[in-house]
Amino acid sequence: MAEITYRDAVIRGIAQEMARDNDVVFLGEDVAKAGGVFKATVGLYEQFGPLRVRDTPISEQAILGAAMGAAMTGLKPIAEIMFSDFFAVCFDYIANEFPKARYMSNGQTKCPLVVRTGNGAGSRFGAQHSQSVENWCMMIPGLKVVAPSTPLDVIGLLAAAVRDPDPVIFLEHKSLYATKGEVPDGEILDTLGTAKIVRPGKDCTIIALALMVSRALAAAETLHDEHGIDCEVIDVRSLVPLDTQTILASVAKTNRLFTVEENPRLCGWGAEIVSIVADEAFYDLDGPPVRITTPHIPLPAADILEDIVLPTPGRIVDTVRRSLGS
Amino acid sequence: MSTASDRAPGAAGSGLNDDIGEDKRLALYRSQVRLRDAEQRAFDLFLQNLVKGTSHLSLGQEAIAAGFAEAMVKGDLSFCTYRGHAHTLARGVPVEKVLGELMQRDNGLMRGKGGSMHLTSEEHGVMGSYAIIGAHLPIACGAAWRAQYKGDKDVSVCFFGDGTTNIGAFHEALNFAAVWKLPVIFVCENNLYMEYTPIKDVTAVEHPAADRASAYGLERIVIDGNDADVVYRTAQKAFAKARAGEGPSLIECMTYRHSGHSRADPAKYRPEGELEKWKERDPVKIYRERLKQFGVSDDKIAEIDASVRKEVDDATEACKAAPMPPLDILTTDVYADGGWAWRN
Ligand SMILES: Cc1ncc(C[n+]2csc(CCOP(=O)(O)OP(=O)(O)O)c2C)c(N)n1
Ligand SMILES: [Mg+2]
Repeated sequence: MAEITYRDAVIRGIAQEMARDNDVVFLGEDVAKAGGVFKATVGLYEQFGPLRVRDTPISEQAILGAAMGAAMTGLKPIAEIMFSDFFAVCFDYIANEFPKARYMSNGQTKCPLVVRTGNGAGSRFGAQHSQSVENWCMMIPGLKVVAPSTPLDVIGLLAAAVRDPDPVIFLEHKSLYATKGEVPDGEILDTLGTAKIVRPGKDCTIIALALMVSRALAAAETLHDEHGIDCEVIDVRSLVPLDTQTILASVAKTNRLFTVEENPRLCGWGAEIVSIVADEAFYDLDGPPVRITTPHIPLPAADILEDIVLPTPGRIVDTVRRSLGS
Repeated sequence: MSTASDRAPGAAGSGLNDDIGEDKRLALYRSQVRLRDAEQRAFDLFLQNLVKGTSHLSLGQEAIAAGFAEAMVKGDLSFCTYRGHAHTLARGVPVEKVLGELMQRDNGLMRGKGGSMHLTSEEHGVMGSYAIIGAHLPIACGAAWRAQYKGDKDVSVCFFGDGTTNIGAFHEALNFAAVWKLPVIFVCENNLYMEYTPIKDVTAVEHPAADRASAYGLERIVIDGNDADVVYRTAQKAFAKARAGEGPSLIECMTYRHSGHSRADPAKYRPEGELEKWKERDPVKIYRERLKQFGVSDDKIAEIDASVRKEVDDATEACKAAPMPPLDILTTDVYADGGWAWRN
């Protein structure tokens, strides 16, 4: 057992998989000799050498295209797109190529690859380096979409993503890179498509993802200590596949549902969860499901502005209290 | 235009350069006739409303598909565009499988799930046909990277049109392949048009691929894409280079499509007389004459023509009789577990 950062967990996860399987290769901009712009790949080049850890030109289409061609023909590539906002310049691969190849070819073509990317706000980088793009990815049939919130989950879910036979979008939260968590020694392997109850409770269910998990947990503590509200907090972890059973079971127990989403409001992942709960567990609900999201605006750069637009523990507390009438 | 000629100066005897050999020559001819007949049949079936959706023919461009495919060995990989019927057939995929897919029947290559623009037959090395312009150039790089990494000797060949040289993915892929020295061959089929617009109206240089080669440290290669021997020889050189670990090639093949861009496009945007001029340089006609120069008998040629015609006729009948795809394949193969489940 050791306490490590989310950033070091990325390194350890990649290293674990590269050490296990020679077909795992890694490419991206500044990832090899420089160790990554977020220093989340430091040492991999030294450990695995220039044939397996490769710097690329600033060519996001070439990075993802090459990953796909390699995956189709037998390798297990991990590709890094530095900021998830840059998905927009290589979205063809994410939307049209990776997820359609198997279906269009009637099962002939495989695409076992992982795209890692720095996602999310909090760095005061402004509207083109701060977005939470999980909703861009979740809507595409054929992709899997994962966003871990702790160092332990980074390693376990990254390992699961690398071993998964489908294309997986792996969203690392930039504001979590410096956070720490306990991680056991030895190999760590988790399961895609599993949500985690990170705080059991009986009065309401709060579902969160990535950076929002710690905020939901902080809110739950306040709600408990100061207002006597016992929240169940679920880290959804994997948007596709989606662990609806854990969510539905929780709502059946608490009878209230909140989502805490960093993505802009329209078509955020919480809308899908609310719709599933409305369809399948409407009579479990004692009140309307409530979505706590970033508003439908581009993200501002200034700290004072960025801090207001993301859901905060304070906003979660207020929203839950108001909704529960306490 | 390359001076690669059929008449090698100083060659003994007939004065003909017989570096290609009779077997390969017959194979090149047979392949071109087969592509011609299958594509013509696809067009006829489109007019009968039996080929649905869209269709992009390679009529007039057969020498490129045949020349490259005949230079490939088992294991080499083809990456094609929506104009990919010819390249798919040239790797040995049965006509029935291609026509079946065009007719969206259950006997099609992908049972109707892909359609004419996405022909894929991995067992023949056809690693997909891509309908987003330029997308497959980086993908071919990735397959070549795997070969390089594994020490495999196969080469990835990526076919695309003149118009494709103006999209970013082309330039990203060329630079990437050059920097990584990948065993990949980029084949530009310059048929003078991108859809309905003359390529010269929208491109800064005369030769859209070759005139960009120097930007990536590559040799400038423009060849007669209507002469299968020229294509075959050029391909062989590029394969040898790739297999020797000397990196990528970019080859611009000058050609012309006899039909419209897609479907029943009448191609009214072409100046009068242009098609007629290019039909004098019809690759199938050129090659039939070539065989005769080499003393291949009319009977032998007629025999090849007839056997190809029979394959196409039989395939047509089989496709007409084939059932439509069953509905239960709708939700198969979205994910690798064979299904489409996105939740529990
Ligand atoms: C990204 C993208 N833009 C536009 C199109 C529409 N489109 C399909 S074919 C084509 C022309 C391509 O011309 P060229 O590369 O010369 O190939 P050709 O059709 O002549 O074989 C266009 C513009 C597309 N499929 N993808
Ligand atoms: Mg063209």
